[in-house]
Amino acid sequence: MKPHPSLGALLGTALIATLAGSASAAETIYYPSLVYRSGAYAPNGIPFANGVADYVAMINARDGGVGGVKIEFEECETGYATDRGVECYERLKSKGAKGAIAFSPLSTGITFALTEKVPNDKIPLQTMGYGRSESADGRVFPWNFPLLGTYWSAADILIQHVNKISGGLKGKKITLVYHDSPYGKEPIPVLQDHAQKYGYTFEAIPVTHPGVEQKAAWLKIRQTRPDFVFLWGWGVMNSTAIKEAVAVGYPRERMYGVWWAAAEPDVRPAGDDAKGYQGLALHPAGADYPVHKDILKYVYDAGKGAGKREEVGEVLYNRGVIDAMLKLEAVRNAQKIFNVKVPTGEQVREGYERLELTAERIRELGFEGLITPLKVSCLDHEGARKARIHQWDGQKWVFVSDWIEADTSYLRPKVEAAALAYAKEKGITPRSCN
Amino acid sequence: MIYRETGQFRTSYAEDQAIFRLREDRIGIIVILAIAWVGIPLVADEYLLRAILIPFLILSVAAIGLNLLLGYCGQISLGTGAFMAVGAYAAYNLALRLPEIPLLIDFLLAGLIAAGIGIVFGLPSLRIKGLYLAVATLALQFFADWAFLRVHWFTNYTPSGSVTAPPLDIFGWLVDTPLEKYWLCLAFACATALFAKNLVRSRIGRSWMAIRDMDIAAEIIGIRPMHAKLSAFAVSSFIAGLAGVLWAFVHLGSWEPLAFSIDMSFRLLFMVIIGGMGSILGSFLGAAFITILPIFLNQVPAMVGIQLSTAMVSHLEFMIFGTLIVLFLIWEPHGLARLWQIGKEKMRLWPFPY
Repeated sequence: MKPHPSLGALLGTALIATLAGSASAAETIYYPSLVYRSGAYAPNGIPFANGVADYVAMINARDGGVGGVKIEFEECETGYATDRGVECYERLKSKGAKGAIAFSPLSTGITFALTEKVPNDKIPLQTMGYGRSESADGRVFPWNFPLLGTYWSAADILIQHVNKISGGLKGKKITLVYHDSPYGKEPIPVLQDHAQKYGYTFEAIPVTHPGVEQKAAWLKIRQTRPDFVFLWGWGVMNSTAIKEAVAVGYPRERMYGVWWAAAEPDVRPAGDDAKGYQGLALHPAGADYPVHKDILKYVYDAGKGAGKREEVGEVLYNRGVIDAMLKLEAVRNAQKIFNVKVPTGEQVREGYERLELTAERIRELGFEGLITPLKVSCLDHEGARKARIHQWDGQKWVFVSDWIEADTSYLRPKVEAAALAYAKEKGITPRSCN
Repeated sequence: MIYRETGQFRTSYAEDQAIFRLREDRIGIIVILAIAWVGIPLVADEYLLRAILIPFLILSVAAIGLNLLLGYCGQISLGTGAFMAVGAYAAYNLALRLPEIPLLIDFLLAGLIAAGIGIVFGLPSLRIKGLYLAVATLALQFFADWAFLRVHWFTNYTPSGSVTAPPLDIFGWLVDTPLEKYWLCLAFACATALFAKNLVRSRIGRSWMAIRDMDIAAEIIGIRPMHAKLSAFAVSSFIAGLAGVLWAFVHLGSWEPLAFSIDMSFRLLFMVIIGGMGSILGSFLGAAFITILPIFLNQVPAMVGIQLSTAMVSHLEFMIFGTLIVLFLIWEPHGLARLWQIGKEKMRLWPFPY
């Protein structure tokens, strides 16, 4: 018996439909998140991780993912340890239909280790506000994206600010209390350069990981009485520093933290003593931006929040939200450029490199007021280098300055020189950006 | 029934001196080597190679180094991480400053430099013993941490204090794929294990064990304590230095002194204690226990499909891992290697134990 032609057609359509169905079910964007919810740095790692998780959950719930493609989200615990971070990276990098879209390790040590690995695996490394400062040069570091500002930019902004408020730094003394790791050491070259330019004397005092023991550092500060103390700490080191400053009677108003040392977990443990402490702000704190309304509505009202409702809008929480937003914007950009649903890591890299967030786009995303416009290019992987200063009033962070922009004419040659030195050591030929 | 020596006669001294005197053991080791060299590369994916097996092999080498010192010569050391750091930074500086030397020679020279440092810091062992020596070696650990953080010459004045390894070029063979790196580490692990095994069966190894068991008696029968102790420190730190080079150049690629902190020394000490002091096999078992088990525990909930928060999983990992260490030390204070030996004894009597 000959089969009926229409039966064959029907079977064929059904088969195609099933195939298409299964294909679209498998098509998800794979978003790995390296977090530390345990260990010495957990108080700071948790709000950031929650911000990332909540933003991704909100995008999935509100928009059904990016460009209509659902995001598959997975966390991996690194404990801030480099070897576990590398293990997590290896575990997650090739999951999902097209592999991981990008990684953000939130640790300078892990960033350094992954910088060696991402060019082979072709996965972008987004290090928003941290990582290697010279990786802002996209010619030598095509896969690194230290968006919104590096530590060199941070140091430059801080010096500009204190120079302005003190009416010239000539003859002044600035002391840097830093976490004794690549993270803490990053700003030193810029602060040393500026010491000659502005005429202040500079001293750097290291604090050993994890930073609970810093009596010696603060006794030295009591002796030398610097005009300003910059704090480059992370986790428990920051609140300890504030308590030690109280113990030696150093005024908190003259202490400035980098943007990783100016969040709620840093000042709250010190209680009222932290009042007056200042720090860099990459973005404001607060939960009254449109994006937070959506997060509360789609994630917390559905009972799926990663953290506590009242912690939405903390400094590090907002930083996690921005981090996730930038990553997903790069993915969206890659979808547009290559006209694909699920971009590969290589395509996401292009998405990053041609990422431009205009004021209008920022408003659309519900981030107006949270970040300033940025434009990434092949030469400049930083995109924007602005920050404000905020001060802890005992309850909340209050802005005490407007947006300050880092001095590109000074920083750029320095970044290029350091990047070229790295390229020479590693035998990399910098690519051309034309 | 299967595993026993009955009927296996050794008719020459060479046979009597073989490392594996039982035919079954020889077959076993050939099978294991075949799996390691050929079988695993055929089936393993990149994750297994890069995240599990390479670190496991490198730390096994380091554990062998510490085991020679602690398990065979009885000298407690908390400075293994420092010896690894010395090896890593020595190899980095040799590669950077003397690029004409082939990288493999650099590695061996770095091992020798670590051995030299080992001899210097082994000197206190001539006067002090036991826990006091542990404290003295702890000084080395802190000294190394300090030196590599503060003396910027060692890190070539990089602003961040973090250094990166040059491309791995072993006599024209560019080791860059995970599989090639695995083979390189496996070669080092096999060579070290063979070297260590033969060493402990030799005159030097026997003098170490004599010192370990009773140093005064050893001295009376004519073993020079200075010679024995310092040679143990030298060989141990040579091997640890090599492991440090591999850890930095092959596994991490870019590192900071924190990679070789006191945590590393403690982990290696636990590997040797849990694996079995005075056993080469124990070094491998201990390294597997300490490096692979936490990663495995971390993935168990996801494997069996239980949804737990990331924080919960990592806390569970710590609790179960800690409990297992305690339990193992209660059940078998002589380590995993001893368990394996007991298993072998049982095998010989099987199926008619008496």
